[in-house]
Amino acid sequence: MGRRKRPGGLGLALVASLVALPLLPLLLWAFTGVWRFPDLLPSELSLRGWEYVAGGGGRAPEAILNSLLIGVAATAASVAVGLPAGMALGGYEFRLKGLVIFFVLLPILVPPLASTMGIHLTFIRLGLADTAFGVFLVHLIPTVPYTAIILTSVFAERGGEMEEAARTLGASPWQTFRHVTLPRAVPGIAVASLFAFLLSWSQYALTLLIGGGSVITLPMLLFSAASGSDPVITAVLTVVFALPALLALVVALRFLRGHGDERDLPFLGRPS
Amino acid sequence: MSPPASARLELRDVSLRYGRGAEPALKGLSLTVEPGELVALLGPSGCGKTTALKIVAGLLAPTSGEVLVDGRSLLGVPPEKRGAAMVFQKPLLFPHMSVEANVGFGLRMRGASQAESSARAREALGRVRMEGHGDRRPDELSGGQQQRVSLARALVTEPSLLLLDEPLSALDANLRSALRDLVREVQEEGGYTTVFVTHDQEEAVVLADRIALVTGGALRMYDRPQAFYDRPRTREVAEFFGATNFIEGRSAGPDGPVETALGTFGLATPVPAGKVTLTIRPEAVRLGTQSEDGGNSFVARVSEATYLGTQISYRLQAGDTSLRAALPPHTRLAVGERTTVRLPAESLWPLGP
Repeated sequence: MGRRKRPGGLGLALVASLVALPLLPLLLWAFTGVWRFPDLLPSELSLRGWEYVAGGGGRAPEAILNSLLIGVAATAASVAVGLPAGMALGGYEFRLKGLVIFFVLLPILVPPLASTMGIHLTFIRLGLADTAFGVFLVHLIPTVPYTAIILTSVFAERGGEMEEAARTLGASPWQTFRHVTLPRAVPGIAVASLFAFLLSWSQYALTLLIGGGSVITLPMLLFSAASGSDPVITAVLTVVFALPALLALVVALRFLRGHGDERDLPFLGRPS
Repeated sequence: MSPPASARLELRDVSLRYGRGAEPALKGLSLTVEPGELVALLGPSGCGKTTALKIVAGLLAPTSGEVLVDGRSLLGVPPEKRGAAMVFQKPLLFPHMSVEANVGFGLRMRGASQAESSARAREALGRVRMEGHGDRRPDELSGGQQQRVSLARALVTEPSLLLLDEPLSALDANLRSALRDLVREVQEEGGYTTVFVTHDQEEAVVLADRIALVTGGALRMYDRPQAFYDRPRTREVAEFFGATNFIEGRSAGPDGPVETALGTFGLATPVPAGKVTLTIRPEAVRLGTQSEDGGNSFVARVSEATYLGTQISYRLQAGDTSLRAALPPHTRLAVGERTTVRLPAESLWPLGP
């Protein structure tokens, strides 16, 4: 049984440069003081953009905090719903399973923007419109299905024999979940959480609709900055916006490099 | 901890149907396993033997019937309260725990202290000759070593029932026989009442006190291993144990001889009147000799001779009937030669319908 070949140093360098190169001009802009037209590089570097953003210009700290809080809450809620859903859909056979999967996926099959139009009216009536809690709720529309599907694949590949063994050795259903199922699902949960967080973090349209401009998140700030006139501010916000995605890439590479147990990672399969 | 409490296991008319309209996986299986006994549940794949084991373990609930341990019903008792530890075909070691933590798992789940579970885990690893491997990760061990650890993990809980579901079938041939001996050894030492599921007839014969042959979800024969060779109940049982010699005949009555196309045969066993099929092991067939009275004999032609090293296997043709005889390798009979065949009365066995 040959183990999966690890990506070599050259491959890693290629991936890294493909990811990093397009970000290079962005990084330069973020630290630019003066950069006039024909020049290849900025003639003056400064932290002007960072000072502006950190100093509360354009409500950046508030937006970043909102994005973080809503993202973390949406991730936690998605895993809380997606984990049992994934265990049920991946681990058991039952009647009308196809229909249940269809309903789990329905929120992303129907364009979320369309359903959110309708939800907006309901939220206004319920007083949830223009609140961070309302924004958190609509972010669940894309994050819950994706989390559930990723975790379904984790449990589908595994089967329940190890849990059966644990039961005959004297573990109660809860002990089996706590000591066998959950620890083995950690890499899968990590990947699903990453997806959920990035989905929420990059949400623009849904936030705008339900938040109505009162709940400011980072993507909203980014859009208005991009249509503004200061490329330095836009670059700084973009760098901040891209950070979690880069972090996610590092974590994913960590698993690919074999520091984690890739056998329990969804989509990567097991070595055969 | 308490000494191993050997239990008496009883299955009463256990049936299981997986879905409405589906063919039942078990049809009224009844079986008693005495305390400390090792019973092999033998049968082809899909015969329901693993299903039966999972019902005893509490992982499946029967559609009807009873499972009793020492006379008390187990139905409705969750798996973790049954004291029935199961070892599967795959080792199924918990990959996120060390070997020692794996073995101590059952004790920790029952609330044993870290120190106690770890001391008893080390002791159990010694019983399966895996001392010194406690700090390893399961994926650092070979398949055979993993299965030993899996066995230790079940033994450490001092189960009243030890359930083994083809634990050796994923291993290489030489590893398999070594582990088979180990299973028997620890089972006898601990006196565990054991049910061993296997599709390997040789494994069942070597290991088991008694064999329960199951096909099509029902028990076909339940007896000591030797009986499956000497006194098979039906043709199906005989064929499962490799019997090839079948002679159709008609019995005149309990004490009367059996009339066949090959002649009239006397048997040491009474045969009820009517149609009957006789069988005889190839090793019991005598060639070239006659009994004093010339009974139970006929003439046949050697149609095939295969040298097998420790014996020669002859195919004998007499009319439409073909028989196999196994003789010592020094016998010299040529293909085409005619010879006298004697079927000793004490070796002929009547098969039930």
